[in-house]
Amino acid sequence: MFQIKEQAKKYDVLIVGSGAGGGMSAQILAEAGLKVALLEAGPNFDPADPETQTQMKWPYESPRRGASTDTRSFGDFDMAYGGWQINGEPYTRKGNSEFDWFRSRMVGGRTNHWGRISLRFGPLDFKRKDHDGKGDNWPIGYDDVAPYYDRVDKMVGVYGTRENIPNEPDGYFLPPPKPRLHEMYLKKDLKKIGIPVIAARKSVLTKKLNNKRGVCFYCQQCNRTCTAYADFSSSSVLVQPALETGNVDLYVNAMVREVLTDDNGKATGVSYVDRVEMKEYSVKAKVVVLAASACSSARILLNSKSEKYPNGLANSSGLVGKYLHDSTGASRSAILPHLMDRIRYNEDGVRGIHVYTPWWLNDKKDLDFTRGYHIEYGGGMNVPLYGFGMGMEKKNGLVPGPDGKKKKAGGYGLDLKEDVKRFWGAGIGFAGRGESIPQKDNYCEIDPNVVDKYGIPVLRFNYNWTDDEINQAKHMQDTFEEIIHTMGGIPMGEKPGKESNYGLEAPGRIIHEVGTTRMGHNSKDSVTNSFGQTHDVDNLFVMDGGVFVSQADKNPTWTILALAMRSSEYLIDELKKMSI
Amino acid sequence: MDRRKTLKLMVAGSAATGLVLTGCESPKTSSDAGQSKVDLENDLGYGRTDEELVRDKALVKESFFSDHDLATITVLADIILPADGDHPSASNAGVVEFIDFMALDRPTFQVPLSGGLRWLDHESSVRFNKVFKDASADQQIAIVDDIAYPEDAKPEMSQGVKFFSTMRDLVLTGYFTSKPGLEDLGFMGNVPNVWDGVPQEVLDKHNLAYDEKTLKECVDQSTRNEIMDWSDYKL
Repeated sequence: MFQIKEQAKKYDVLIVGSGAGGGMSAQILAEAGLKVALLEAGPNFDPADPETQTQMKWPYESPRRGASTDTRSFGDFDMAYGGWQINGEPYTRKGNSEFDWFRSRMVGGRTNHWGRISLRFGPLDFKRKDHDGKGDNWPIGYDDVAPYYDRVDKMVGVYGTRENIPNEPDGYFLPPPKPRLHEMYLKKDLKKIGIPVIAARKSVLTKKLNNKRGVCFYCQQCNRTCTAYADFSSSSVLVQPALETGNVDLYVNAMVREVLTDDNGKATGVSYVDRVEMKEYSVKAKVVVLAASACSSARILLNSKSEKYPNGLANSSGLVGKYLHDSTGASRSAILPHLMDRIRYNEDGVRGIHVYTPWWLNDKKDLDFTRGYHIEYGGGMNVPLYGFGMGMEKKNGLVPGPDGKKKKAGGYGLDLKEDVKRFWGAGIGFAGRGESIPQKDNYCEIDPNVVDKYGIPVLRFNYNWTDDEINQAKHMQDTFEEIIHTMGGIPMGEKPGKESNYGLEAPGRIIHEVGTTRMGHNSKDSVTNSFGQTHDVDNLFVMDGGVFVSQADKNPTWTILALAMRSSEYLIDELKKMSI
Repeated sequence: MDRRKTLKLMVAGSAATGLVLTGCESPKTSSDAGQSKVDLENDLGYGRTDEELVRDKALVKESFFSDHDLATITVLADIILPADGDHPSASNAGVVEFIDFMALDRPTFQVPLSGGLRWLDHESSVRFNKVFKDASADQQIAIVDDIAYPEDAKPEMSQGVKFFSTMRDLVLTGYFTSKPGLEDLGFMGNVPNVWDGVPQEVLDKHNLAYDEKTLKECVDQSTRNEIMDWSDYKL
């Protein structure tokens, strides 16, 4: 018999999802003394657990040398349980449109492996429509969020430098690590063409923040999550302190099916499937907070149908799932011949960038696209993993050998081995990450024909880039080539052209998808108010990237954290006032 | 593929399928998930989910290639990366086992590699009346020279060129991710350390220097264990 077992305990607040938004909300609410149920679809996870640890392992400890698999999309050591596809949990696409969806099922979610690039949105980013006439303004501005950014900086930790650039607000920064060799060249060479290169802003602890978390020991493996808690993972930095208050019950392997409502249309809790036992449960709470990720939260709302809400919960606007948007991305790489034959030293540093280029053309009016992008740079004498040394036949014929003569591309033997050693650390990579214009016609919806293995209807995506994003990618490619030329580099491969949308990645690939439960002034134009409270159901909140009106060219996590903090404190006030 | 290999693959395949049905992704052993017969002790040395453990443990016990093919791969691997004074050949650095594993891990390698080996034996038999591994060193090199240089190779060698490029990729990756390969490369990372910038001799060689602003802004590593103090910090 199909039976739903009700958990005996009733909570003040029930939170779905333990990533950046859910972790922050749990921490703020628990600190305030509220009784919280925190539901996570994956298993428990602690970055310090040696059983699950991949940090500081050697390439040869993996039989595939760190190559990706269906269960680790970003390589064997990457700390995300899930990936672009999850067994038994499909999603579909409408027509020929593209969208790739990355999910991570574990406490902390995708924060365990993310890039830690932590950029505040600037004043312009909240009011882009005023500036360029496209999209929509946020109902709040930078000044509303700034105090929360300040607190997130001090609570979670981020390194950077105060630059006083108008749309790149400074924060309470830890001091950054020194640039690596290729980053020194970037700083020097890009001055000549007016492209700024400043210290990166990443949530990695270069100094102690408190006595609970360690300091970075420069292994370059933040994507494997940090056993010393020296980077921001929601699991270690938010969920653990929340649990330590004694006010939070953590439900793991809890795959939420729907939000439950009463006859008055109020949320009463959720029902979920235990992924291990395959049994059905429900948990009751006075307030429900969805922080399952933009698309998962939209999916839960759309699946929460009742007589009162035939189109799904909190969806009188019809906008749940709409305005889905991801960052744009395009990339290129090159060889810097003057970085061949390098003197060896440990150049691991922090994972990824020590420096980056913020968008530098806000005031340029004659571009054939609307919004900006920032540039992230790769390079250095990185650890060899699967893929290392591949494609030598495309490189070793390009530059003269030690004897000054060009050689035949390809080859074998000790000569080839020498080539690999000569090229190590001479490569440089460029990745543009840009802002797209949110479109109502880009959306996720419930697929009428497909359910997952728990019997829950799945998402179907419909997403197409517009000329704004395609032309922006073209500008990225032109910029990369100008940079490569300025640095005296040799570009690798063909320059991506029109036929490939200038190398523009498919929507979803940058994993900055947001916008599916956008905030706004009323239920005509939006799903929630500026505190993530749904217009239709006052005891139902969304505290993930779904509430974004627009995703700047900045990575979304810092804004998710700041908004979740702001919304959680509003929620506490409302409960005190007995108004929900 | 011979019958013995086919059976082995079927066993590996069924282990993976059985796991899909239980769908358990908990990194910890769960006794009630119907997996009591599956050994979930993690002897791989790094964090794996149950699903990954079951698959990997099955794969590392298997072999995709026949003994003949493994012998041919050994010859090729050591032509691509022979031993030098201080470092072992590719095969002695575990590269053949790595390639065998990858063929199981990524089935898209299976036809190009086993077919490529067959192409090589055919080419060698036509030219020298011997399979590749039994040909003389000079004869082997004669064939390799025809397929190791993509831009110079004759058009009729194109399939051989493609195969050799794939082998070169796998041998280089396999070697330089091995313990001796990392040493050979001069890799000094993957150890806890305190990054304090590019060494002075390297800066000198490149005629670069950290400017005063950078030095002032970047972390003073002698204070890294002090708790950050923002009392004089102005936004």
